Amino acid sequence: MLLSKISNALGIVSEPWWKVFYDFSSLTKGIDEGLRSSMSTFWAVTVEMVMIGVLFLLFYAAIGLFLVYAERKVCAFIQNRLGPNRIGPYGIFQTVADLIKLLFKELIPIKNADSFLFNLAPYIVIIVNFMVLAAIPFAKGLHAIDFNIGIFYVIAVSSMSVIGVLLAGWSSNSKYSLIGAMRSGAQIVSYELSIGLAIITVVILAGSMQLSEIVEAQRTGWFIFKGHVPVFIAFVIYIISGTAETNRGPFDMAEAESELTAGYHTEYSGIKFAFFYLAEYINMFIIASVASTLFLGGWMPFHVGNWEGFNRIMDFIPPFFWFIGKTFFVIYLIMLFKWTFPRLRIDQLLTLEWKYLLPINLVNVLIMAFLVLMGWHF
Amino acid sequence: MEEIIKEVVIGEQEEYLINIGPQHPSTHGVLRLVVSLKGEIVKNVQPHIGYIHRGIEKMCESITYPQIIHLTDRMDYLSACINNEAVCLTVEKALEVEIPDRIKIIRTIMAELTRIQSHQLFWASYGMDLGGQTCYFYGLRDREKILDIFEETTGGRMIVSYNCPGGLMYDIHPNFQKRVKEFIKYFRSVLWEYDAILTGNVIFRERTIGIGKLSLVDAISYGITGPSGRASGFSCDIRKQEPYSAYDRVKFNEVMFKEGDTYHRYLARIEEMRESMNIIDQLIDNIPEGQYFVKMKPVIRLPEGEYFQRVETARGELDVFIISDGNKNPYRLKFRSPNFVNLGVLNHITKDFKIADLIAIAGSLDFVIPDIDR
Amino acid sequence: MNSIIQYFKEILQGVGSLLKGMQVTNRYFFSPGKIVTQKYPNNRKDLVMFERFKGEVVMPHNENNEHKCTGCGICEINCPNGTIEVISKTLVTEDGKKKRIIDKHIYRLGMCTFCALCVKTCPSDALAFSQEFEHAVFNRALLIKTLNKPGSQLMKGVE
Repeated sequence: MLLSKISNALGIVSEPWWKVFYDFSSLTKGIDEGLRSSMSTFWAVTVEMVMIGVLFLLFYAAIGLFLVYAERKVCAFIQNRLGPNRIGPYGIFQTVADLIKLLFKELIPIKNADSFLFNLAPYIVIIVNFMVLAAIPFAKGLHAIDFNIGIFYVIAVSSMSVIGVLLAGWSSNSKYSLIGAMRSGAQIVSYELSIGLAIITVVILAGSMQLSEIVEAQRTGWFIFKGHVPVFIAFVIYIISGTAETNRGPFDMAEAESELTAGYHTEYSGIKFAFFYLAEYINMFIIASVASTLFLGGWMPFHVGNWEGFNRIMDFIPPFFWFIGKTFFVIYLIMLFKWTFPRLRIDQLLTLEWKYLLPINLVNVLIMAFLVLMGWHF
Repeated sequence: MEEIIKEVVIGEQEEYLINIGPQHPSTHGVLRLVVSLKGEIVKNVQPHIGYIHRGIEKMCESITYPQIIHLTDRMDYLSACINNEAVCLTVEKALEVEIPDRIKIIRTIMAELTRIQSHQLFWASYGMDLGGQTCYFYGLRDREKILDIFEETTGGRMIVSYNCPGGLMYDIHPNFQKRVKEFIKYFRSVLWEYDAILTGNVIFRERTIGIGKLSLVDAISYGITGPSGRASGFSCDIRKQEPYSAYDRVKFNEVMFKEGDTYHRYLARIEEMRESMNIIDQLIDNIPEGQYFVKMKPVIRLPEGEYFQRVETARGELDVFIISDGNKNPYRLKFRSPNFVNLGVLNHITKDFKIADLIAIAGSLDFVIPDIDR
Repeated sequence: MNSIIQYFKEILQGVGSLLKGMQVTNRYFFSPGKIVTQKYPNNRKDLVMFERFKGEVVMPHNENNEHKCTGCGICEINCPNGTIEVISKTLVTEDGKKKRIIDKHIYRLGMCTFCALCVKTCPSDALAFSQEFEHAVFNRALLIKTLNKPGSQLMKGVE
């Protein structure tokens, strides 16, 4: 009641207040018009950008905290044990305690290292993550940037994280870090190809690269059901390449082989290491959210054909929760990968990509194009 | 010493030395490996041992025979009961003491349980070395049940000190048979998970098939016994060649393969777990009544001479050689430990493989470092 | 043609084995009833060790503060590394005979290897193992324990 009074007084929304959760565009339009009418365009845009920036920072921090805790708990339950359970009820403040510990650690400067690049590398990874997060549709209308080349922008920007990795390895002035960074870099660049081709498969089916249109095209059914076999193969390839992109799971030889190549982030300590660590988890979130947008229908609820009652119940849940639910499902799959399988050797990693994933991907794109031409999808 | 090593090892200009140091999670103890690499290919591996040398053989020269038992526990701590049995059998052979059946059968059952728990720990740590970290927890969760059985009967989980010259320290607990039967039923129903997670996994197979091949000729000439040798086709199971305790009355297969690579060394241990469970099945219901201890003199003196006994621990053949001059302390006690001999072949089979394979091979040879430097 | 079929068969077999592994871990994720962690030290009250657990060597005393140790020193002879030290003194009884009784039975917990030889070879069964396992101390001198309690004497009828 209070919320509806406030919103009516501000004249922002003209409908019952809870409809906002189903369509955020009315809220965002309202805020936009309110700002433009009270100040010049330049200031209105600036205030909007600051608001979005602050929101994203908070979202980033919240998701980071939650994912680190979730990984430890998921890992613990898989291994028949309890996980963090002392700090806070069920251990929910464990990440906060870890963060405070990392803040207290000494930032060790390295002699003869390029200190400008050394300090810049963690920030590059974080900035790249922000840029990608901006393009993802969280709910209807809750979309920071809606390019008409949306998905192309996502792939292009996420490739820039390789720069951060290579800079970190180079500026550490240690031959083992350099070897680790180069291996990591080679791995990320090879798997970019597979991700790109898997995404192209979906773009062919959707007919557009704009992310909100891809989600709209799934109103009648998620792509994984609509385009049956090729989209399913693309989904599997995307998830495998996604975990390889983030140096996670069975593909973490570059950072786990601690006897020889200790990984590109060995020389970092304290809060800079926390940045790399956090960036890895947000990368995983990004991969999962792009997967759920392209393959699992974004924020579209799950409809089955003509079952009216069922569809009504599914519609009742706000789209934001659908999006988060699907993303967490994919994150759970990625975590299962990490904790079940042994590691691949570095040459087996690259063999997997170039000899298996790439040919299958190419053939898949062909099949998808043929299917769209013939109209043999749902 | 360093000069000599540098001359031998660095042959060409492009090779460089790295040190997989004594403190390392993958070397299962304090073992230092100096690896000479060319790019990523391993050219030479020199192990440096002695970080946990405690002088057990020298200590044994100043203590009496019943007091040696607690030291043998700490040599290869994963086959503690079998090490105890080795010394006891040597002493009993020297004194020509007749051991009743009950003691023999209980010793065999405890030895097979020890073998199963050692292989469980091997599976757990091998999975973790290769990167699948849940294997560690599943293996240890199942191993806890055997450790509970040990604790109830002997009072200790890993350091048992159970066998002594003349029999056993304590009689088996009344719950022993029930617990062992429950454990076997439980473990048989859970063993398929080990295969699902690791043995059949395509990533694991890619990492281990064809890596580190040990041919039969090499196994015999280097003297590799235990599951590592049997995987190359070397029929070296002491339980079949010279049966001791109750091994001549049970039927079991000797687990042998022909290929001798890492995958089959791993597989030999998993199959040995199954065979051990078969042995226990045959014995657990028929433990005859009797005493658990043969009365010996308070001070045991072996007659002058040399006495020798071989047993099959979880890792290979352990030989005990006692030279006695009639006193209550042995004049010289020598252990031929399986791990010391198995370590000698690491350099030979790791040639021309990658550094990531070194971890897989060293894990599959299954070292316990305190046994290397007693 | 054969090699293409082989290629796809390899892929399908590989993916199948991976799915089998994931199935096992997935099953454990959804069954929190199988968690084996014990919440120590919160469960100290109902923590029961096995009765033969070798925690520490003690000399059991009965209600009248009597023990069974005659001070013979057999445990000291049998101990492999000098953990036990038996200090005895002579006592002159009423009829003038000199008897040996125990003054102090010193046990160094820091050196004990829990081989159970002292318990086994004691002729009057004076020693036993207790199930106490929390031995951590800040001062190492606390690890040297005297096993016979002050003011205790030998139980009647033990030789």
